Amino acid sequence: MASPIMAPSFSIFGRKMESGLMSRFIPSISAHGCRKQALNRVLAVMAPTQPQRSPATTGSVKHAMSMTEKILARASERTQLAPGENVWVNVDVLMTHDVCGPGTIGIFKREFGQNAKVWDREKIVIIPDHYIFTSDERANRNVDILRDFCTEQNIKYYYDIKDLGNFRANPDYKGVCHIALAQEGHCRPSEVLLGTDSHTCNAGAFGQFATGIGNTDAGFVMGTGKILLKVPPTMRFILDGEMPKYLLAKDLILQIIGEITVAGATYKSMEFVGSTVESLNMEERMTLCNMVVEAGGKNGVVPVDKTTLKYLEDKTTLTSEPVYSDDGFRFIQEYKFDVSKLEPLVAKPHSPDNRALARECKDVKIDRVYIGSCTGGKTEDFLAAAKVFLASGKKVKVPTFLVPATQKVWMDVYSLPVPGSGGKTCSQIFEEAGCEVPASPSCAACLGGPRDTYARMNEPQVCVSTTNRNFPGRMGHKEGQVYLASPYTAAASALTGYVTDPREFLL
Amino acid sequence: MAPAAAAATKASKTSIYSHKTLSPLFFTPSLRFPTRPYFAKYPSFSRSAPETLLLSTAPRATVTPSSPSPTTYHGPCYVLGNNIDTDQIIPAEHLTLVPSKPDEYRKLGSFALCGLPSTAYPVPFIAPGAEGTRFPIVIAGANFGCGSSREHAPVALGAAGVRAVVAEYYARIFFRNSVATGEIYPLESEETGIWKECNTGDIVTVDLAENLLINHTTGKEYRLKPIGDAGPVIEAGGIFAYARKTGMIASASTA
Repeated sequence: MASPIMAPSFSIFGRKMESGLMSRFIPSISAHGCRKQALNRVLAVMAPTQPQRSPATTGSVKHAMSMTEKILARASERTQLAPGENVWVNVDVLMTHDVCGPGTIGIFKREFGQNAKVWDREKIVIIPDHYIFTSDERANRNVDILRDFCTEQNIKYYYDIKDLGNFRANPDYKGVCHIALAQEGHCRPSEVLLGTDSHTCNAGAFGQFATGIGNTDAGFVMGTGKILLKVPPTMRFILDGEMPKYLLAKDLILQIIGEITVAGATYKSMEFVGSTVESLNMEERMTLCNMVVEAGGKNGVVPVDKTTLKYLEDKTTLTSEPVYSDDGFRFIQEYKFDVSKLEPLVAKPHSPDNRALARECKDVKIDRVYIGSCTGGKTEDFLAAAKVFLASGKKVKVPTFLVPATQKVWMDVYSLPVPGSGGKTCSQIFEEAGCEVPASPSCAACLGGPRDTYARMNEPQVCVSTTNRNFPGRMGHKEGQVYLASPYTAAASALTGYVTDPREFLL
Repeated sequence: MAPAAAAATKASKTSIYSHKTLSPLFFTPSLRFPTRPYFAKYPSFSRSAPETLLLSTAPRATVTPSSPSPTTYHGPCYVLGNNIDTDQIIPAEHLTLVPSKPDEYRKLGSFALCGLPSTAYPVPFIAPGAEGTRFPIVIAGANFGCGSSREHAPVALGAAGVRAVVAEYYARIFFRNSVATGEIYPLESEETGIWKECNTGDIVTVDLAENLLINHTTGKEYRLKPIGDAGPVIEAGGIFAYARKTGMIASASTA
């Protein structure tokens, strides 16, 4: 590229820097002249002291940045950032739900005034999803609080539910917030998405910065549209190799969490790259990013590619260009996995990092199986489970609970044909296998909830679940034992009544 | 991890403070304790005036500029192990309680740490029928507060009467929420494994000015990492109060 030599204030900022152009110090003509004269003269033996050099005005020095740093730089209107810096960031989308929404609203009103208005009625998405189909009065009241606030503030995106007896009678109702955000086009590359829920990191699959915050931070964002964030360093996970047909993204993330432990990524960003990641569809990428918080991670990211754009094309338009980690970027840690060598995994009670091979747990007798949640209740997850039931042709040996994440997923379960089944839908295959009828979409028993929550574990039982956490009491009963697993492993386990490697059915 | 097993035997050990710690919720703010002449190896504690113990029972919803900023907390400690997640701190079934409503805030406090398995923790954090805890200080291991982003977790602890947690390190959302709400001081110990040397019921002092945790029952002291910038925010009562106190934002308008 041509840059004029005699323009002292020329700067090379903006787009040109994206091509990785390093700064060039372009000498001026006058300096050139001095050097020619100097050759004929004896110079001093010791270089004379020079005043501090000011940065060149003909270019800029830029250090390599990661994807997360670039997203936060754009959102904080800075040209570059470094890990550890605290920056004020403009928020693109704020999400809240029925558990944390009322508290957030309470703080917003208390701090900004009873009659205050939210910073942007189009940038707040309110999604009731946690405690919906329950007779718990406070839970029901919390949904009312959301509705009243949305009406008062004229919030553009509020996915309301009024008829608790029949979710299908509520055209606006979606279901699990993180999947609704993706399906309704609220996830966009290079944006900053905050949510009052730890699994907000799910949206990192779209190449954006997405993380969970508490009520107070959310109340602050509600009023100002900004938040103070510390820039995290980035860990890179390179997943290469052909994905075996008995493995799913859940196995990959369980592998990683088992490797680095539940605090291995604390205050860090987790970047997922490699040929395997590129081969994953968006729902699988979401599963990967969803459990970043289980490793303590601040956020997870997957680079944007054709798969991302295809998923988004009928849902939303991009507001800024996708960004990618610079080639020279030094990740704080780098892990490489040959996916072709991995085997189906479980996380045994009571920690997501208590990793074990599914086949080594085949003597663990189970009482129930749960397939649902933002982690394992998406369309692809149900298609995967159906594949195993189809391959087996037999009936499940334990109660098998199915909770589609959203209305859309529920409809897919009832309408999409399962490959290789001769046109059967997931729901038909589930019925033939003796599973429970797919339930109303919500978070349901992933986190226990009110006593009458569907599939809540009210007795100390052993459950294989496609959910995200298995700490004591997570699904209800304090002595309950939860084995986290992929939909393949969950379905295989349902068929035998023991923790089972899906290769029993899929090979 | 079985600190509770030893704690069961230790809890019956009498200490000069035990009779005063049975119901800390009813402490008067001006209760005084003598300086510790028997701990002569702590030269930094040679103060002429006795220390003042402050245990406020009011919910930390407002800033009271007239109350002196506490630099020490004192009382029996409750000891936890590693990876105490938010489901154990406040089980999800109680999340229908909205923390910004005062009566529900108090109820949240009554459920703090009720998710702990009783086999590992036989001493209940909150005595049956009580509304709050008699343990103003919690000592824990690694990754305290991991799991959910629910702000109900630090709120429940604060509402129950916890003033400070001393852990090896914290999950980031929990740490952030503790500072933003100003509910508890999330302190970090320099050493690891101190929870193994302490038992529930040990009488401890947390000294924020000197960055020390002193276990009077065992006679050991531990260095704490300075709370740093988060300190003034928590002292003010959370980010909003701090922002108003420092003039960053105007007082909430009632227009």
